[in-house]
Amino acid sequence: MTLAYTKNEMMALAAGRMANNGDILFAGTGLSMLAAAVAKRIHAPQSTVFFETGGIDPTLDELPMAVADPRVMSGTCLNSGLLEAFSILGHRRLRTISFLGAAQIDAFGNINSTCIGDYHRPRVRFPGSGGACDAMCLAHAVILFMQHDTRRFVEKLDYLTGPGWLSGGQARDEAGFRRGGPMAVVTNLGVMKFDEDSKRMYLAELYPGVEAQQVAESTGFEMDLTRAQKASPPTEEELTTLRQQVDPQRLILGPPPA
Amino acid sequence: MAPAWPLGRAFFSQQREHHMPQHDGGESKVMSAEEAVGRLIHDGDMVALGGFTVTRNPMTLAREIARQGIKDLHLVAHSQGQALDLLVGAGCVRRIEIAYGGNGRFAPTCICFRRAVQDGKLEVEDYSNFQMSLRFLAGALNLPFMPCRSGFASDLLEQMGFGPELRGQGKIPPHKFVVADDPFSQQQEKVLLLPALTPDVALVHAQYASAEGTVRIKGLTFLDLEQARAASRVIVSCEEIVPESFLRQDPDQNSLPPFLVDAVVRAPFGAHPTACHYFYDYDPRHLHMYRQEAGGENSFRGYLDKWVMGCPSQEDYLAQVGATDLMRIRANSQAGYAPGLDRR
Repeated sequence: MTLAYTKNEMMALAAGRMANNGDILFAGTGLSMLAAAVAKRIHAPQSTVFFETGGIDPTLDELPMAVADPRVMSGTCLNSGLLEAFSILGHRRLRTISFLGAAQIDAFGNINSTCIGDYHRPRVRFPGSGGACDAMCLAHAVILFMQHDTRRFVEKLDYLTGPGWLSGGQARDEAGFRRGGPMAVVTNLGVMKFDEDSKRMYLAELYPGVEAQQVAESTGFEMDLTRAQKASPPTEEELTTLRQQVDPQRLILGPPPA
Repeated sequence: MAPAWPLGRAFFSQQREHHMPQHDGGESKVMSAEEAVGRLIHDGDMVALGGFTVTRNPMTLAREIARQGIKDLHLVAHSQGQALDLLVGAGCVRRIEIAYGGNGRFAPTCICFRRAVQDGKLEVEDYSNFQMSLRFLAGALNLPFMPCRSGFASDLLEQMGFGPELRGQGKIPPHKFVVADDPFSQQQEKVLLLPALTPDVALVHAQYASAEGTVRIKGLTFLDLEQARAASRVIVSCEEIVPESFLRQDPDQNSLPPFLVDAVVRAPFGAHPTACHYFYDYDPRHLHMYRQEAGGENSFRGYLDKWVMGCPSQEDYLAQVGATDLMRIRANSQAGYAPGLDRR
């Protein structure tokens, strides 16, 4: 019998699986919170979750709904502030992995979380960079969350909030970045990664029941679909942990499977 | 001889129940929110908002600013939610320098903020959280700028929110940033120079302060301390006013020295509907209701009439919220928040 699960559950688990035990995880709001919390509970118990607000390694007994939620201040090894958090994000000794969401992304993993339309008179205004630009610039690697559709996967961003691989190839190095860049994009259809040389996005994993054609149709730029593998569906342990321990009120998971 | 312990304890609790505890020597800076805002904040001031999205927003002070109809404020913050949105919605704000206007899952983008930007009614300059942090730090250290390596190749460097006509006027720096050669680098590396921020006023909501102005913040301090050190004037609202001698028993816990603080305002639940660690959680019902009401200009007027204009004092406001809702969000002493609170 196959287990029923939702796209949000699959996304949180697919991203969480990429965290290695012992990693330093920088979590933003929303699905990234779930990914970090579930990773820590299942396969990466030695990892440390921290927040740009300065909460370092909270117990996460309850799911925070924002990076300034008092739940990121409870049971920590240290409660500090933004400057301390950014010194960890970019620390040369640490391989910090950042989880982030965005409103738009292009083929080279550059992201927009600022606005749609003209900057001075936007059609839609979003919250702005927050720490997104900083994570894209300073973290060892970034895992991005996106809803997969052509309005969000675009040829050209309306505003470049956080630099990814810029125009691809060596562009990021040439712009003076010493490390970092996006390593994966987790969507409701699958997981995209970036070609080692061209730095262009390709489809790496398809969720069960999703066809590669759906990814092509939901992407506003050309995407290499030839390297796609099947993602393994959530295990019972993963789902139980996610539903019963991480987000029992389904605050971020949303409605349960039909 | 009377036993020392019960006597001491009774004396202590009696002190705490009075709005104006006895001083330990220094001059009292305790005043009402009305007086603090009226005396220390003026039209057009640059105001730094403390707190971060859903926690420790200086809401009693923000409501008082709105009630007094202060205009043309220039807000500066890293990531702000509720206080920012209320002040923008109430028409107190002309321009903002900010990294993030959102309130977590309750309002991924602040509602009034979004509408004002989309309608072209707000001048906004975007930076990142790290950049804003460094700008406040520069101001706090009395330095003209700070270098940074976050932001290269982004539109934060390409798009100017403030036009050339505003540059160099008042507290608006002549440049949003400057890209310079790192003078210590052998490899011709570049650094981004960010202009210091020196706000006219910083607003901080703390758990504890003495009448003299020593401040103790529990939980994350975010950037409140740098913001306060960078500002010309500092207003602290607090959950409890405690004796200076009490704060000096454990000075490792203290956050700001008294001589940087100009006004101390007693404001129980002064961050509501945002959280205050160890005192109360954020109020999900109020934040959801706010999102609904802020969605339209007319309904937002209704919110302002009921919750701001209709509540001249913090006591009026708390009566309006009601004891049941306040008890629902009361923090557990061990966790610091309200475990099991229905946050849907």
